[in-house]
Amino acid sequence: MAYLSLKGLKGKLIAIEGPDGVGRSTHIESLQEWLEVQGYGVLTTGWTRSELMSKTIASAKQGNILDPWSYSLLYATDFADRLEHQIIPALRSGFIVLADRYIYTAFVRNVVRGCDRQWIHDVFGFAIVPDLVCYLRIDVDTLALRVIESKGMNYWESGMDMRLGGDLYDSFKKYQGLIIEEFDKVAEEFGFQVVDARRPPDEIQEALRARILPILKEGRSKRESKAVEKAAEKAAEKLAEKVAEKAPEKASDKPVEKAAEKAADKPTESAPAKEKEPATTG
Amino acid sequence: MTPPIKSPYDSAHPYPGKLIVVEGIDGSGKSTQLSLLRKWLESQGYNVFFTEWNSSALVKETTKRGKKTKVLTPLTFSLLHATDFANRLYHQILPPLKAGMIVLADRYMYTAFARDAVRGISHSWVRRLYSFAIKPDIAFYFRVPIEVSLSRLLEGTRAELKYYEAGMDLGLSTNIVESFKIFQSRVLGEYDKIVEEFGLTVMDATLEIDEQQEQVRDIVTKALDTYKPKRGTHAKREKLFWRRFGIPESEGTQGETDRH
Repeated sequence: MAYLSLKGLKGKLIAIEGPDGVGRSTHIESLQEWLEVQGYGVLTTGWTRSELMSKTIASAKQGNILDPWSYSLLYATDFADRLEHQIIPALRSGFIVLADRYIYTAFVRNVVRGCDRQWIHDVFGFAIVPDLVCYLRIDVDTLALRVIESKGMNYWESGMDMRLGGDLYDSFKKYQGLIIEEFDKVAEEFGFQVVDARRPPDEIQEALRARILPILKEGRSKRESKAVEKAAEKAAEKLAEKVAEKAPEKASDKPVEKAAEKAADKPTESAPAKEKEPATTG
Repeated sequence: MTPPIKSPYDSAHPYPGKLIVVEGIDGSGKSTQLSLLRKWLESQGYNVFFTEWNSSALVKETTKRGKKTKVLTPLTFSLLHATDFANRLYHQILPPLKAGMIVLADRYMYTAFARDAVRGISHSWVRRLYSFAIKPDIAFYFRVPIEVSLSRLLEGTRAELKYYEAGMDLGLSTNIVESFKIFQSRVLGEYDKIVEEFGLTVMDATLEIDEQQEQVRDIVTKALDTYKPKRGTHAKREKLFWRRFGIPESEGTQGETDRH
């Protein structure tokens, strides 16, 4: 998008994808803990959790007023709000952003609901490409058992709006089966890192960490070599930002950004020191 | 970068009904003209359905809240309006068109094309965003100079400019009237391009109300030349039905209201 400046996003964006009930949120919690212990600033952002849209989406799901287009667009709006008010500011201040679901969830769900594939890709054309997408892959039988054991099946996660089966269970199996099939296609198209989610939780967590680690290293070495440059860049950026972004985003995102910056200072200063490397900030 | 938009924009919709839309900046008088057209069509016995920009129950409250707290960015502003449009297209515009009715829309996707462009959204992106839409049978564009629309807004029924209507979110000026002028003249510029791109029917909105309405009705009459309302889409038919059975009209209308 023309008015969105994507320069100087030093942080890392890591998305975790997978069907409903596969355990994304649990693993993201552990990942956050793990990263924070290492000294990284972490921001977790989740599907439909934007300030602007979460209530709207919740209430829309209560009624029968959702058509396939507005269904997609509600989620796109939620995503845009989080992108501009959470994700980009956090990345700019060097945070690691863990996204519980990303645009690929929208691709998958909308294709399953019969929307045009190209259209949904176009709609999300403003999104930024993650540094890493981990796909928690599972088969539908294991998934069904896991969901029943944990929180139970619900209307939307069973795709009951699509009338695929006679009851919740049948519908769940059919719907999630289609979702997984489509996820597999998307995973190949966009080069996801596939993690087998049928294994025990600690093994999955380990596999996720193994895939995230190289991404972090990559970022750090870049940061060191550019330590001085970075400071200058940051100053210039701030100036440019002030001029360019005076208009659209005001009151609401400032506190977030500031808080993010404050918190971000910590990890960048302390992390290299811990590894006995020359401190970048001197 | 992506393949050309497989555009719904150049081919006519396949439905038996007719879709008539009005476009123009705030204060151009388009809503007045549309409501006069509606009166006339109804008096001619047509069954008419009316729908308005940003009015769906689904997102109206959200947009309102977003505007009030000023958290809307150009992107979310654009997407919310598209959501509203999609919801109304699906629930309000398509069913009556399929049933062979006349649908009148106060603002259509061209409003988004014009406003979003001014807010820095990519032209091609917003056109792709709306690619599920259908082409109206007639799209009137009420062209008016800024000064005229401004004086209508300030001296007219509203007497106050709204924050987003004046483009205050773009920080063009701290003075709301100044900001309105700059923002709306940019919107006018975009509309001029859109008129050409989509072949809108341009109306001179500085003329007297009745003069404009006469032209509007002429154009609509011509467009309705091939239109055959289905039996039962005549609004007046209901009364005839009740008369045939010798039921007092009050009861008949009672039944009518019950059903709504």
